[in-house]
Amino acid sequence: MTGGLYRVLENRPLNRDMTLMRLEGDTSGLTHPGQFVNIRVPEKFLRRPISVCDWREGELTLVYRVVGAGTAALREMKPGAELDLLTGLGNGYTSGKSGPSPILLGGGAGIPPLLGLCRRLLAMGAAPKVLLGYRTGEDAYLAGDFEALGVPVRIATEDGSLGIQGRVTDLMDGLDYSFFYACGPEPMYRSIAKAAKAPGEYSFEARMGCGFGACMGCSCETLAGTKRICRDGPVMESGEIRWEN
Amino acid sequence: MGKLNTVLCGIGLDNPVIPASGTFGYGYEFAELYDINLLGAFSCKGTTLEPRFGNPLPRIAEAPAGMLNAIGLQNPGMDKVLSQELPRLRQIYHKKILANVGGFSIEEYAECARRMEADELVGWLEINISCPNVHGGGMSFGTDPAQAAAVTKAVKAVTRKPVIMKLSPNVTDIVSIALACQEAGADGLSLINTLQGMRFDLRSRKPLIANTFGGLSGPALLPLALRMVYQVTRAVTIPVVGMGGVSTAEDVLEMLLAGACAVEVGAANLTDPWACEKIIRDLPGVLEKYGFSSVEEVREAAKHG
Repeated sequence: MTGGLYRVLENRPLNRDMTLMRLEGDTSGLTHPGQFVNIRVPEKFLRRPISVCDWREGELTLVYRVVGAGTAALREMKPGAELDLLTGLGNGYTSGKSGPSPILLGGGAGIPPLLGLCRRLLAMGAAPKVLLGYRTGEDAYLAGDFEALGVPVRIATEDGSLGIQGRVTDLMDGLDYSFFYACGPEPMYRSIAKAAKAPGEYSFEARMGCGFGACMGCSCETLAGTKRICRDGPVMESGEIRWEN
Repeated sequence: MGKLNTVLCGIGLDNPVIPASGTFGYGYEFAELYDINLLGAFSCKGTTLEPRFGNPLPRIAEAPAGMLNAIGLQNPGMDKVLSQELPRLRQIYHKKILANVGGFSIEEYAECARRMEADELVGWLEINISCPNVHGGGMSFGTDPAQAAAVTKAVKAVTRKPVIMKLSPNVTDIVSIALACQEAGADGLSLINTLQGMRFDLRSRKPLIANTFGGLSGPALLPLALRMVYQVTRAVTIPVVGMGGVSTAEDVLEMLLAGACAVEVGAANLTDPWACEKIIRDLPGVLEKYGFSSVEEVREAAKHG
């Protein structure tokens, strides 16, 4: 974990729900795709945890959904403004487990961290396929960024207005894959758990106090014992999840 | 004595800054960020006899100038704390800790204190009779003078380490609880624990915290905590550790002026993991700015204030 001030380079809406923010500052704390930052927001006491979409040296990109007053305040930040971040939080995805042909499963607001992961997997020589689920075609975002990396992208929408009609798990039918990486809502994870033909990793979210393992505010019970989502997660292996919770 | 030195129940501290229980774990997360040996001491995560998972999620909510938590005393239990956590902590931390213990019966408090007695790392026992987030224990012992006295007596009977009773602000007369603890033999007091509160999720129309209620901490508590520390230190003769919303060196100075001999820092550690390091770094300058040459001098001034 590192902490410091980051300068907003860009903060623009991608669609009605999602906003992209580029920040300039120290990225040395980031080691794994799927890690998150914890942002001090004006007028709020608790920081707001947001997953890192992608980063390169000295610059990181967040793509976040406005869910309350804290993220709404974040959306109002103008380029040039400074934000206080803790970065490099959480374990992130283990790209080393991918095997030759991993699939990335992203649902709704969970898609962003898969972009950095996709780039990492390509750099390692894997051939990832990307499966994205949105409610409607209007909600689609980042799909073009995956395509720009030259990976196959398949899309499902609930109303069929883009890609196939259905859910992201419907896109898994008939695919052969060595490992899966998932980020999205928990009902999606339950469907993946039923459909998956290979092991994988899920990223979880929770209301957090500190974001770095001190307060026990986001503990959950797993088959591998009690874990703190912020510190021991947010990424967990498919084999350790206790689905009854 | 150095500028920042103080004394807590006969044990010297390099400075008055002590991370509060439940906001500092067993110290490891912070030891990655700074040398935790620069702290005055620290109060470890509250330990109960048996392991506890704690309350269901969500356990955390935002509040104006603070936060609610309802962790529910999650901890690995006394056996693991003694056999794993404290030995591991000893590798990186060479001062004393306040061993914070919780309980659901007077016997459990006493048994926890007895088990902690042998560990050299333990300088003080901080007895949590004020956790608002568990049922059938915790705060119910800290809101009744007779119960608070009974816990104090039972713990004092099994330990030679200084016993600090941690008090709840969720009472109409904290002084009566403080006096009851003193009379029962407490060596010191620490106050305040969190103030019980709640918030609603407007979309679901339900409480935000799964446990319905949580404990309010953060800067919102500072004036309340100062008032209670002031009232208690004027009524008792045993030392008092002040806490509640302390986030800056200036806040520490206020707490010392209210009569505290040392100060615990809680929620501030969660939003700024370097908070205690900064407070300790800033404290000499803040003392000087307000005309004090040492913490000891502030404490003297507080006695006559």
